[in-house]
Amino acid sequence: MSTVMLAGSTVDVDPEGFLEHPEQWSEPIAEEIARTNGIQSLTERHWQVVNFMRTTYLESGSAPSIRSLGKTSGVPIKELYELFPKGPAKLAAKIGGIPKPRGCI
Amino acid sequence: MSQRIVILGGGTGGTLVANRLQRQYGDQASITVIDRDDVHVYQPGLLFVPFGLAEPQEIVRPRHAQFRSGVDFRIGEVDRVDIAHDTVHLADGVEVPYDVLVIATGAVLQPEETDGLIGPEWGRSMHTFYSLQGASDLRGAMAGFEAGRLVVNVIDMPIKCPVAPLEFCFLADWQLRQRGVRDDVELTFVTPLDGAFTTPVASSRLAGLLREKNINVESEFATGRVDASARRLHSWDEREVPFDLLVAIPAHGGPSYIARSPGLGDALGFVAADRHTLQARAAQNIFVIGDASDVPTSKAGSVTHFEGDTVVENIRQFLAGDELTGFYDGHANCFVETGFHRALLIDFAYEAEPLPGRFPERHLGPLPLLAESRLNHLAKLAFQPLYWHVLLPGHDIPGVSSQFHPAAEPRAQQTSGAPR
Ligand SMILES: Cc1cc2nc3c(=O)[nH]c(=O)nc-3n(C[C@H](O)[C@H](O)[C@H](O)COP(=O)(O)OP(=O)(O)OC[C@H]3O[C@@H](n4cnc5c(N)ncnc54)[C@H](O)[C@@H]3O)c2cc1C
Repeated sequence: MSTVMLAGSTVDVDPEGFLEHPEQWSEPIAEEIARTNGIQSLTERHWQVVNFMRTTYLESGSAPSIRSLGKTSGVPIKELYELFPKGPAKLAAKIGGIPKPRGCI
Repeated sequence: MSQRIVILGGGTGGTLVANRLQRQYGDQASITVIDRDDVHVYQPGLLFVPFGLAEPQEIVRPRHAQFRSGVDFRIGEVDRVDIAHDTVHLADGVEVPYDVLVIATGAVLQPEETDGLIGPEWGRSMHTFYSLQGASDLRGAMAGFEAGRLVVNVIDMPIKCPVAPLEFCFLADWQLRQRGVRDDVELTFVTPLDGAFTTPVASSRLAGLLREKNINVESEFATGRVDASARRLHSWDEREVPFDLLVAIPAHGGPSYIARSPGLGDALGFVAADRHTLQARAAQNIFVIGDASDVPTSKAGSVTHFEGDTVVENIRQFLAGDELTGFYDGHANCFVETGFHRALLIDFAYEAEPLPGRFPERHLGPLPLLAESRLNHLAKLAFQPLYWHVLLPGHDIPGVSSQFHPAAEPRAQQTSGAPR
């Protein structure tokens, strides 16, 4: 675990840059994480996914997979990949300030 | 009046819980099990069918014969659960009221969720070994495969027994070598995960084995569709993997009645449950066992077996009006067939990732963890009789505890911040 400055506040992150404590998150932090990961600005569609991820995690303790995001977030999988290239679930989790989805074992 | 315990699903979990409850309650409770058919498949045996190492009829037995007398087994299709009225509705209109409900309906394969998978090539150049029919069809295709690209693709997680696709790769490598055609076959494992397995130490061990056996790995590949005529897998992020013979592990979900029972399941149809008590979030008188639940551990027979203790204890306490003390710690163990009469074994829990050591006792056990050995392979083979004669009747396996024996580092350090 290490500490970094994001959007003017100090936050704890894991080696891959996921926030360790969701409560340290803020919208400006989300914007900054997005920029460093190649998303210049977060559109309404981005926010829809990020907020959905975050709410689901805070309510249920685990982040949804891409397939369940596609079924429940209101954004189809194809578009998820356009919004968050490479790995939508991982990137949206990172921007939403929740820990890296562990996947399933 | 005696308590009515209704169990949905008469597979691994439903059978072992029914038998344990019957032993515990005798005629003090009525125990009903409902399943759609009378064919109990020993699913770990499916891995061996495509290679001619097991015959389909050897791994199947009638369900009804696996229950103690006193358990009422009925054939029926569950249509929905009315949680507010404690009633199960069957497809033929019959209503079954309960005091306690146990959900043990497992996971279903959903090949239709992937564009292009189901079609004329399904069963010809595209197969699965996750069903009895699929495994039998694949045997012919494997036997006739001489040269080209063999691709094993996990479409999406979660799946049952997440090591089985890797084992399939190891056994395919072995069979192709024995037949003298391995050099003419390019064998590729395509996975949505970022490595061979989900936990770091096991993942790097397994990746080493894949390398040794010259099996390519295409990781972080989220299959979006299959082009059956061009024989290509396409990922959502527009990568492609060509194949001549595809062995797909279709996406899994809960059975469709879950979605027709509001409040019971998540988006994929898995039943939301407390990861330690296995009580459903939807109602206090519903418990979940096995592949049907959303608890964050492997969907495996070993998990189902270990969960049995907790479910039976908590049902007893629930009916007695006591606080639930049954506590499941996420314990799982899996034998991984690696070919050439060898296997390795992994053992883990919610807070402990699989690490090297010995089993069942961390230092002295006869079976090495995370290392290949002939004894592990023999133990895996010995498991089928144990399954029918010890596990399903609801006995404990001598020397194997349902609790994880920690000697490994607690996982807590790696995931601090995650709620538990
Ligand atoms: C290829 C393969 C290899 C495996 N290898 C291993 C291994 O080596 N080790 C290991 O530990 N585990 C292994 N497993 C996993 C193991 O078999 C499962 O985890 C275990 O059987 C789960 O038990 P369960 O009771 O949850 O579900 P199941 O045993 O699948 O039972 C579910 C039951 O519910 C019934 N059902 C579903 N819906 C309805 C409905 N609507 N109405 C009526 N009935 C319904 C089904 O007919 C079924 O009988 C493997 C699985 C596969 C597919």
